[in-house]
Amino acid sequence: MNKIKSLEDLRKMKQSLEHGMNIREKSNEPESLVQIRVAMATCGIASGARTVMNTLVEKIEQEKIPAVVTQGGCMGYCYAEPTIEVKVPGKDPVVFGNVDSARAVEIVEKYIVNGELLDGIIPTNYQSINEKQ
Amino acid sequence: MAQYKMHLLVCGGTGCRASQSELIVENLKSEIKNLGLENDAQVVTTGCFGFCEKGPIVKIIPDNTFYTQVKPEDCAEIVTEHVLKGRKVNRLLYEDPETLKHIEDSKHMGFYQKQLRIALRNCGFIDPENIDEYIARDGYAAIGKIITEMTPADAIDIMKKSGLRGRGGGGFPTGLKWEIAAKNKADQKYVVCNADEGDPGAFMDRSILEGDPHSVIEAMAICGYCIGATKGIVYIRAEYPLAIKRLKVAARQARAYGLLGEKILGTDFDFDIELRYGAGAFVCGEETALIHSMEGHRGEPTVKPPFPAEKGYLGKPTNVNNVETFANVPAIFLKGAEWFASIGTEKSKGTKVFALAGKINNVGLIEVPMGITLREVIFEIGGGIKDGKKFKAVQTGGPSGGCLTEKHLDTPIDFDNLVAAGSMMGSGGMIVMDEDDCMVSVAKFYLEFTVEESCGKCAPCRIGNKRLHEILEKICGGKGVEEDIEYLKNLSRVIKDTSLCGLGQTSPNPVLSTIEHFHDEYLAHVKERICPAGSCKALKLYTIITDKCTGCTACVRACPVDAITGEKRQPHVIDADKCIRCGACYDKCKFTAIHVQ
Repeated sequence: MNKIKSLEDLRKMKQSLEHGMNIREKSNEPESLVQIRVAMATCGIASGARTVMNTLVEKIEQEKIPAVVTQGGCMGYCYAEPTIEVKVPGKDPVVFGNVDSARAVEIVEKYIVNGELLDGIIPTNYQSINEKQ
Repeated sequence: MAQYKMHLLVCGGTGCRASQSELIVENLKSEIKNLGLENDAQVVTTGCFGFCEKGPIVKIIPDNTFYTQVKPEDCAEIVTEHVLKGRKVNRLLYEDPETLKHIEDSKHMGFYQKQLRIALRNCGFIDPENIDEYIARDGYAAIGKIITEMTPADAIDIMKKSGLRGRGGGGFPTGLKWEIAAKNKADQKYVVCNADEGDPGAFMDRSILEGDPHSVIEAMAICGYCIGATKGIVYIRAEYPLAIKRLKVAARQARAYGLLGEKILGTDFDFDIELRYGAGAFVCGEETALIHSMEGHRGEPTVKPPFPAEKGYLGKPTNVNNVETFANVPAIFLKGAEWFASIGTEKSKGTKVFALAGKINNVGLIEVPMGITLREVIFEIGGGIKDGKKFKAVQTGGPSGGCLTEKHLDTPIDFDNLVAAGSMMGSGGMIVMDEDDCMVSVAKFYLEFTVEESCGKCAPCRIGNKRLHEILEKICGGKGVEEDIEYLKNLSRVIKDTSLCGLGQTSPNPVLSTIEHFHDEYLAHVKERICPAGSCKALKLYTIITDKCTGCTACVRACPVDAITGEKRQPHVIDADKCIRCGACYDKCKFTAIHVQ
């Protein structure tokens, strides 16, 4: 361990370290963040949900987007896997189907950041956890 | 650092460790490795989550899933279901006792909704043995800012403006205490952290040291800078091995980073800490007794003044603060005195940590803003009384405090309101009692503790408390007379007025407050020889239910004092004056005709 020689060094160190803690900080206030849930049932994983999730995590981390990525179970849209559900604060949740890495990036850039609607939204036919409570 | 998508936080506090949480950590790690998920999920041992009733706790981040009473053999299921496939393991989720529904995440648990965590901000959130996680949450930023940008007087001013008061019991304003110690000139001064937590049922200081030791170390350094001390000492009881270990690890890491030692962060400020172990004497929580114990003398208090701020450890100016008080300090400097002062009531700012215990559903550690009501704490956070029984009283402030009753349920909790109600904040123990608890026995229990823990130096405490205890025993034993109640009150006042230190000055409180709020219960004991709660064995009243008695005479033969009389095949009668409440008749009767009250 090297000694920290000044307040400046301490602040730099904090910045490089907070990266690893971000996910915990964000989980402290999930309601104020964009919540992205990736369906990670066997069918989702088989069609590439894990890669999509990795892409999403990297993308929001790079661009410092206030979003949190969680994984959920099967959402039931087996024909459209991988599927992700995006809940922007104050808006109804939206489900996207057939998401690959390129589309994941597009969803983040266009829907989450700019608020544009995209093709390929699956009409929801279920209640989300947020509504239930 | 790798970017994990999921963090599994496992409680590593003393309570959960006792239920194998270390094995849970190992199992989770190996299951994650087996499935090749080691780059996706990280297992972290944290401090206490506070929900000790349902430990061991495993919390999954980012979705805040809160698994309770996890066993080592549940780990495989958690990893394959939740970590791999994203399906929550329903049977391990917390079940709401009222709706009987599983609650998906901690944000929706009644236990956490009313809490505000300042002193416990990092407990159950960071790995206490990893200084990097503390730094990532702005750790040591407060001391850094203070020693590079502020004068000690500026920093003390912030402390005074925050309105923080000592959390160990007395509630003395912390900023003022620092100011007095700062004004006294000496070649060496000392900062002492009082970690001699001794109230029965209180464990907040232990949990803070186990879950967030760096915040206490940082605050001690801040205090050192403010009062002009370069040496800090933590006086901690030897019965807290895990807290001692974590504190040592934390100090070693801080030293390695140069955050303790000489020329901290390139400034001229030097500060380091050492540990002293207490042998677990309650009186050593009193600051003068604590200092004598550190000096190698008997742990006995001395008269104040001189206050430790003037002549403390080794005769030098010494500032003693409690663990929880220190844990608040870095947060005050990071977020500002105004922020802290905006929380709480007019004269009690910020939050207080309480240890909930007794006949309550959610036993555990909570932190709430000052001014919250007892009703909110007991019924909303605490989940109400166990087994649907009726609330009777709550004892706050440990052996120095008093009992509060139903009529106090809506009183906002703060230092002054509790004193006005005949109790005190103390260190924050809260023991809840239901209809089955006898208040005379409760007072007797606390007196037993004080008699045991009195250091014996001054007569009122040494002899007076012993006498109080004897009278209470007499009353519980069914031999009390009405005059005893008046005698208890008088003696209590004398002990309070004439004792040397805080121990004796407050030890009669449980007696006085139970007499005040439960006078009828005392009267029932001495006049009718009845214990209304049915807890004092000697006061049980045995009677025969005439309808059920067949007159078999089995009880007559069993009674050792010939208290039962009656003709054969006729209902019998027990003479209450002769009866010694041995219960022999109750055991013998085949017709359940003996009634016990």
